[in-house]
Amino acid sequence: MIYAVAVFAPLFGSLVSGLLGRAIGDRAAEAVSILCMLVAAVLGPLACFQLVSGEADAGSVYLANWIEAGRFHVTWQLRYDTLSAAMVAMVTFVSMLIHVYSIGYMAHDAYPHYRFFSYLSLFTFSMLMLVTADNLLQLFFGWEGVGLCSYLLIGYWYDRPSANAAAIKAFIVNRIGDLAFAVGVALVFFKFGSIEFSTIFPAIPQHQADTYSVLGGTFPAFEVIGVLLFIGAMGKSAQIGLHVWLPDAMEGPTPVSALIHAATMVTAGVFLVARMSPLYEFAPFALGMVTFIGATTALFAATIGCAQNDIKRVIAYSTCSQLGYMFTAAGVGAFQVSIFHLMTHAFFKALLFLSAGSVIHAMSDEQDMRKMGGLGRMIPWTCTVMWIGSLALSGIPPFAGYYSKDAIIAASFASGTGIGMYGFVCTVLAAFLTAFYSWRLLIMTFHGKPRADHHVLEHVHESPWVMIGPLLVLALGALIAGKLLDPWFIGEDWQAFWNGSIFNAPNNHVLAALESVPPWAELAPLVMGLAGIALAYLMYMVFPLLPMRLATQFRGIYLFLLNKWYFDELYDAIFVRPAIRLARTLWQTGDATLIDGVPNGLAELTVDGSRQAVKIQTGSLAVYAFVMLIGVVLLVGIFLVSR
Amino acid sequence: MNWVLALPEIVLSLVAMVILIFGVLRQDDSFFLSSMFALGGFLLAALLVLTTGSGIGYHGQFVADAFSSLVKILILAGAGLSLILSLDYNRHNHIARFEFPVLMLLSVTGMMVMASASNLMTLYLGLELQSLGLYVLAAFARDDLRSSEAGLKYFVLSALASGLLLYGVSLVYGFSGTMDFAALARTLTIPQSASPGLIVGIVFVLVGLAFKISAVPFHMWTPDVYEGAPTPVTAFFSTAPKVAAFALLLRTMATPFGHQLIAWQTLIIIVSVASMILGALAAIGQSNIKRLMAYSSIGHMGYALIGLAVGTPEGVRGVLIYLIVYVFMSAGTFACIIAMQRRGRPLELITDLNGLSATDPALALAMAIFMFSMAGVPPLAGFFGKLYVFLAAVQGGLWTLAVIGVLTSVVGSYYYLRIVKLMYFDAPEEPFDPRPTALSFVAGATGLFTAFFFVFPAPFVGAAQAAAKVLFG
Repeated sequence: MIYAVAVFAPLFGSLVSGLLGRAIGDRAAEAVSILCMLVAAVLGPLACFQLVSGEADAGSVYLANWIEAGRFHVTWQLRYDTLSAAMVAMVTFVSMLIHVYSIGYMAHDAYPHYRFFSYLSLFTFSMLMLVTADNLLQLFFGWEGVGLCSYLLIGYWYDRPSANAAAIKAFIVNRIGDLAFAVGVALVFFKFGSIEFSTIFPAIPQHQADTYSVLGGTFPAFEVIGVLLFIGAMGKSAQIGLHVWLPDAMEGPTPVSALIHAATMVTAGVFLVARMSPLYEFAPFALGMVTFIGATTALFAATIGCAQNDIKRVIAYSTCSQLGYMFTAAGVGAFQVSIFHLMTHAFFKALLFLSAGSVIHAMSDEQDMRKMGGLGRMIPWTCTVMWIGSLALSGIPPFAGYYSKDAIIAASFASGTGIGMYGFVCTVLAAFLTAFYSWRLLIMTFHGKPRADHHVLEHVHESPWVMIGPLLVLALGALIAGKLLDPWFIGEDWQAFWNGSIFNAPNNHVLAALESVPPWAELAPLVMGLAGIALAYLMYMVFPLLPMRLATQFRGIYLFLLNKWYFDELYDAIFVRPAIRLARTLWQTGDATLIDGVPNGLAELTVDGSRQAVKIQTGSLAVYAFVMLIGVVLLVGIFLVSR
Repeated sequence: MNWVLALPEIVLSLVAMVILIFGVLRQDDSFFLSSMFALGGFLLAALLVLTTGSGIGYHGQFVADAFSSLVKILILAGAGLSLILSLDYNRHNHIARFEFPVLMLLSVTGMMVMASASNLMTLYLGLELQSLGLYVLAAFARDDLRSSEAGLKYFVLSALASGLLLYGVSLVYGFSGTMDFAALARTLTIPQSASPGLIVGIVFVLVGLAFKISAVPFHMWTPDVYEGAPTPVTAFFSTAPKVAAFALLLRTMATPFGHQLIAWQTLIIIVSVASMILGALAAIGQSNIKRLMAYSSIGHMGYALIGLAVGTPEGVRGVLIYLIVYVFMSAGTFACIIAMQRRGRPLELITDLNGLSATDPALALAMAIFMFSMAGVPPLAGFFGKLYVFLAAVQGGLWTLAVIGVLTSVVGSYYYLRIVKLMYFDAPEEPFDPRPTALSFVAGATGLFTAFFFVFPAPFVGAAQAAAKVLFG
């Protein structure tokens, strides 16, 4: 019961502030949606604790029938197991903090705020529907819901062309993934005759040997489904190839970025893989692909992060990279570890984004780090929490990231497979880069000499408490979440904790093998992280001119990284421009000439006919009588001939 | 001799004569009183139609059955509505004379005789009686050149049509030896036995009736008469006589010549297609709304003829439903047209309706309902009229007719919707004079009928079905 209330409170808040916002005013709309989020943020974690402590039994909350069509049977039902409950707890809690923070951040926005809060709450609700889904269609409902809300929120400032472009980009790129996802869901239905998890999962072993024959090739059924679902996850979680929308998504207000990057949306893909773990465990190839894509993204996004100058863009690529970590872990069978990282990441990524927002707020909407510097003393709170966030992100003990990230790197090593080793190498390298760009960001923003002009500097001020408060809570989370959750999520009693909500094949001993990783592999990420920090310190603090010289020296590499490996340009050339050209051709010859031409021609013909018809009507009586007689003759003639 | 069957007609003629005497004896203006008497006569006649039983009287010359009852009620409704429309118009235009309702009564009597005719002689009698009244009514504004012209044109052409009809009757009589419908039906049971002379006679009869419903190519009088005649007379022209002539056409074609279906079906198809196409095309080029309504009525008669062309009870049912819908729709449209007045002067241009929605939203709404209905947009009444005839055509295998019907209604919707566009999207002009209550009543009542026909179509469809069954015995 409290579980259902936690899920639906944000919807209520969204409806009230969205539909009645104009009537009840901004303050009331804000109050209602935040109150609803508070309720959710109390009840969501509570429901999770009850489940974990054994006070409540796992199961599902039945709401209503949705579709009854022949064999196709779907219900609205909230799944109540450890995985869902943990996600609900995290989403409601982090989202609530972002809601509160938004009061301060949006205070000076020119638009009425109720629309913003309505979207935020709806976003949260969609994510909650996604994680509590008991069947694939309800999951798809939430999946599309977060897609829609991300579109609405990224394009929140609808009078900015760049925001609209980013919103459309996010929507379309997600669509590509969604298509694969929808096909995957359809295949699941055809294979199992149901899309309810409770029907699918037990039936998985008996379909193990099934195959699809397409174009002369034979493919194992689970591999096909797994790959399709993963492509969907790639779209949502911004993995390499379909990642292009995520950096642009910062066109929305900063709280939206925080929500997208931390609590909702991008984690959906990771969640999906964990949720479908019973299927993935029987699809080794698909799992290998998950690790490969994840590890590649982790390294690839980290390299780009090192060369960006926009403070939010750096953090955006860091999200991309961290999601890669999560997939790496999921791919080697350590789904629990990936969810663990998802949780800790939610804290420190929300923290990083919100404090970046605080910086931007202080700098009068300046986002370019080259124009910052030396802000540490002027906005000490923001600086402090951002340090904590960066320490957590870089995996420095005892911060949250250390536990989860090290576990991922250890898991990929412990898997012992070739692809696992690839993941290990990539993630260790990425750890170095992560630390590097994190400290590059910190130093460029908070330390060294101020580079902003004095107009801006005069106005630099610490954010109001309504913004700092959530930051402090998140900072606390970034500090202790790892230590706190580690024993539950991946500690000795992990099996009791997860209670079967994530499936591990009998031959999957990754979690057990975590303990037996050699010390050098265990220490590698920490050493690399510290090395990254040291390098950043050297380059940006001790020899501030060095980066410039390196950029000119290795201009090719620098531009390659600055331009994000030219992915946007590549897609523009391969997909966007040909599509526009095709559309233009279809429009000009197909639509304007052919389709419009036919009715236009007909219309002209009609007008012409009308002119002729009117011409007969001369007004002369003799003509009228003549026409009648001609008619008689004609009819008699026809009659005599035709009979 | 079962003269009771003709009681409604007898009552109407008596009322007409009483009003005549009363009007002549009374010195001062008696238009309003006479009109009220006439309306009372219509009501009384309608009651009598509903209450007198069915049967055959006057030695088989006169028949009263479900078909004639339905048609007579419809005729009386059309005539009554037109008379109500004339009340204020005639006064404003100085033609408020007591002869107006008298002529209308006599004409309606003729129409009712037409509906009950079961002999070629009765047929001609009724037809002439209604025509004589209509000639004078068309020219009723005798100081107006256009009205006189309209009356004259209608008289000459109608005389020609009557001559053709009479010639056809004589041919039929000469080659079959009888004028009685039932006897003709018996004679013509075997289509092959009919002689060419008889067949030619049927064509001539058909032509005479086609003239009355203004089907192409015998429609030439319609635009000029519609435009020239006083508008309430035009409203009358477009309702009651159309129904009467169509009823006569249905009965003549279905009962005595029913077995000759294969012979005359082609002709009806040709006339129907020609009417639909011309009605749709020629209306586009009009700027006068009365002329536009003339072409619109030609088109509508084309659609209704589809049902006759099918030659089945379903087809006739379709025609009757079409006529029911058409009478109310048309009366309502003319109510709106009569309301188009500025400083006492009636307006007739389509562009006079510009921006009506701003100056008189209720009138604009009513007009929009009628226009959408005429265009056949669901769920308005006009849609159902078309639905039933097209349905009959498809069931009867006449796909061509149905397809042409649908295509021409697409063209037709252009000029109907253009009026809606003018009313709702163009810049408003000076408002019209305040509407007389009578107009608002007619427009409101018919508008409600048109808009909510879809809620209660069953009684109308049922009556039409019963009527159609009678014709096919």
